[in-house]
Amino acid sequence: MTDSTNDSTPALPAVDAAALDAATRRFLDAARPDVAYAVLDSPVGELVAAVTPTGLVRLAYEDFHGGVDPILEDLSRRLSPRVLEDPRRLDAVRRELDEYFNNTRTDFDLPIDWSLYSDFGRRVLQATAAIPFGHTASYGDVAARAGNPKASRAAGRALGANAIPIVVPCHRVIGTSGKLTGYTGGMHRKEALLRLEGIAF
Amino acid sequence: MNRPFQRFLDEQREPVFRFLVASVGREAADDCFQETFLAALKAWPKLRAGSNERAWVMTIAHRKAMDHHRARARRPVPVEEVPEVAVHDAPLADDETWARVRALPPKMKAAVLLRYAGDLTHAEVAVALSCSEEAARRSAHEGLKRLRAQMSPT
Repeated sequence: MTDSTNDSTPALPAVDAAALDAATRRFLDAARPDVAYAVLDSPVGELVAAVTPTGLVRLAYEDFHGGVDPILEDLSRRLSPRVLEDPRRLDAVRRELDEYFNNTRTDFDLPIDWSLYSDFGRRVLQATAAIPFGHTASYGDVAARAGNPKASRAAGRALGANAIPIVVPCHRVIGTSGKLTGYTGGMHRKEALLRLEGIAF
Repeated sequence: MNRPFQRFLDEQREPVFRFLVASVGREAADDCFQETFLAALKAWPKLRAGSNERAWVMTIAHRKAMDHHRARARRPVPVEEVPEVAVHDAPLADDETWARVRALPPKMKAAVLLRYAGDLTHAEVAVALSCSEEAARRSAHEGLKRLRAQMSPT
């Protein structure tokens, strides 16, 4: 169509990449996603952070879950598929994490979205969120604070389902004998976080 | 649909933008692009898994482009001018080519834009325009014939 070869079909028009990015930015500014995420750098590896209008809902160790996509797909199924990458909505999360890793913050002020958990599991994680920086608790302790002192095994399971490690500090929960037991993200990360907080183990 | 919307946006934003620039021009493409993806985001959870996402979003984009044309038609601005003189010894600039496409009769215009700027198959164009595949093919073909008649040297 662009010259005299009459049997040709039109070539796809070229796209101006900068104009496309600007249009995408405008869409993101107007969009109200149910879940906004960003990939953040940290001393313990890349983190996929996600917020809902309620608050922080996910903080995942990127390499521990097979990459960003499986993490997003999981959020999509459990919360909503209206998921958008929008780092600006994660500014507060990034700032507080940076301060934590720089040892200038001991408590997180971020609002938390607890909607992924129900009943006992939620109470266990909320009890865990109350363990102060630099301190540890046992599984029995958090089970007791969640209302069932005998349920330390169930407390362990609830902690294993913690979707917001670091901010909900499940790394501060260790076995009664002082053994570190498990961690979502690998034991080396639990050790790194405890060391950062000056906890001997 | 329980796929993350972001992945759909990654895949479709370029073809949608290309279609809209060709369809409504660079100036208005931004607005139509925003409206297209806002509408898609809203409807996304209800889209059936396995649907043709490209055809689906192009249907929305096509509707937004038509809304834009209708709104423009109500305002007292001159219709976009079509270049009267074709340049025969050099390829036409994209903008000129697509301005000519925009001046085609509605059905031909829609079929040509969806097929050649939106990069849909004739079958997908048919879905977007709610017509038969044969009708979509015919409209695109007629549109191209007219463009070529306008643009080939005499």
